[in-house]
Amino acid sequence: MLLARTQRSVLPGFGLSLGFTLAYLGLIVLVPLAAAFLKTAGMSWPDFWAVASSPRVVASFKVSFGISLFAALVNAVFGLILAWVLVRYSFPGRRLVDGLVDLPFALPTAVAGIALTAIYAQNGWVGQWLDPLWARGIQRLSNLIPWVNWPEFLGVKLAFDRPGIFIALTFIGLPFVVRTLQPVLNELEPELEEVAATLGANRWQTMTRVVFPELMPALITGFALAFARAVGEYGSVVFIAGNMPMHSEITPLLIITKLEQYDYQGATAIAVVMLVASFVLLLCINLLQKWSRRYYRF
Amino acid sequence: MAALAATSSLAVKPSPHGAGPRVIRNPWWVRAFFMTVALLFVLCFLVLPLVAVFTEALRKGMSAYFHSFTDPDVLSALRLTLLTAAIAVPANLVFGVAAAWCIAKFDFYGKSLLTTLIDLPFAVSPVISGLIYVLVFGLQGWFGPYLGAGDHPWFGAWFNAQDIRIIFAVPGIVLATIFVTFPFVARELIPLMQAQGNDEEYAALTLGASGWQTFWRVTVPNIKWGLFYGVILCNARAMGEFGAVSVVSGHIRGETNTLPLHVEILYNEYNFVAAFAVSSLLALLALLTLLLKSLVEWRAKKGGA
Repeated sequence: MLLARTQRSVLPGFGLSLGFTLAYLGLIVLVPLAAAFLKTAGMSWPDFWAVASSPRVVASFKVSFGISLFAALVNAVFGLILAWVLVRYSFPGRRLVDGLVDLPFALPTAVAGIALTAIYAQNGWVGQWLDPLWARGIQRLSNLIPWVNWPEFLGVKLAFDRPGIFIALTFIGLPFVVRTLQPVLNELEPELEEVAATLGANRWQTMTRVVFPELMPALITGFALAFARAVGEYGSVVFIAGNMPMHSEITPLLIITKLEQYDYQGATAIAVVMLVASFVLLLCINLLQKWSRRYYRF
Repeated sequence: MAALAATSSLAVKPSPHGAGPRVIRNPWWVRAFFMTVALLFVLCFLVLPLVAVFTEALRKGMSAYFHSFTDPDVLSALRLTLLTAAIAVPANLVFGVAAAWCIAKFDFYGKSLLTTLIDLPFAVSPVISGLIYVLVFGLQGWFGPYLGAGDHPWFGAWFNAQDIRIIFAVPGIVLATIFVTFPFVARELIPLMQAQGNDEEYAALTLGASGWQTFWRVTVPNIKWGLFYGVILCNARAMGEFGAVSVVSGHIRGETNTLPLHVEILYNEYNFVAAFAVSSLLALLALLTLLLKSLVEWRAKKGGA
């Protein structure tokens, strides 16, 4: 009964439009995606496991997923502040800033990559001030807590090291949190806060007990979207990451490296792990959005 | 429906509670603090990169800047980028309208599954988007042996004679671009057409209009701003795509390089002025996209999309 109509309609074109949609979807999306899974199905389980658990691949997973998580968290915090400021405060240039938030969607990732590198490299506008500070901070941290390998964990410079990946992934994920929060903040009636105030809540209590619970589903959705996008990101990261194997090599780059060595099976095996991870994320995001829609009944 | 490209959609209605006089406000120093943090964040991550592109491009003066565009490889990359977008955008436009028509206008089993499948390309890493086409059309792939440079006894020879290649050639670039821009128009139109309902179409049909007449005279005028919105987003991504195209392109200078790929080549050759000059072209495209996007949103807010 799948794809059968539940109700007759006098509108024409159901068969034509659905047929075309399914054919196009199948040819462009489903068949090529199936190719990846079938290619992996041709591998034996030990072969697959040998690729997916090889140290360089695992290190790249840690870099990609770990830094994406961190970037998405930072985006959640700053995105919340930015969305709040854009919705609640009026200031000259608000429209401009609001329009600029979508820049990471519109700017080609390669351009973003080289531009961020130019700014945060050791001789860049921000890098020339921040880079020595970072190096000194890591040094200080190593003296303070010597049992953690800080230079390995946080990198010793901004560009061409792990912080560079973080910068690129934060840039890429920035619009997601802001754009998922903005409509919810718009709908959030100020009367709610006024009621809380008349009932004797102070500003802090109003924020933590009234406002944040309302924003939470959208905030988590935005966070998940930013994370999902960051995990797969390639263009903006490769220029600024330094791409050192086992240290600052992201998984998408490793896939390309394997492809360039004609190791198609290896590349596909890694890709399948990432695909499964992103499909699980997609599922979570779908559920989250259903949840947040149920949560908001205005 | 997953909002994996969570751009502010036209279907989101503007709210009555904007910035206005309010009884309770945070103290001024709290507001000043949040404003400063937010604007610093925007400055470091959005404004500076944009300014950097143009400053670096003009570092050696105007003549060096314009000289970058006389390189025939840049011109051929520009041509290929325009060609790719000229195929990918209309293809996804037709698909988007068809998908939105059957999803928004009819009820059928499996509708939400179909909607999720349409969003799938947004969940896939660009690099993997390219890889899957290599697996299908590459030399070791499913159709590889039958295509140009393939070794299938009959088809390989025929395609060799026709010199039809897909991977490391223009068709692969176009296919990968279609994949990554696949959901843009559809996901913009579906909520819009769902919100508009079928009443106007019913009225047209009752008055004796044919199906196509109803579509062209009633539906299309109603969704034109949503269509335009989807198309500009789709176009921006089509012209700027890097990862997916990089995998299938083969990086043949003057032949299979799009503008973003050419930026990478120039940058890796330490030809920074030229790299940023080409980038500035793409940055201008991004700014134009944002401007058009804001205009459409402003129009939609003023009086119905």
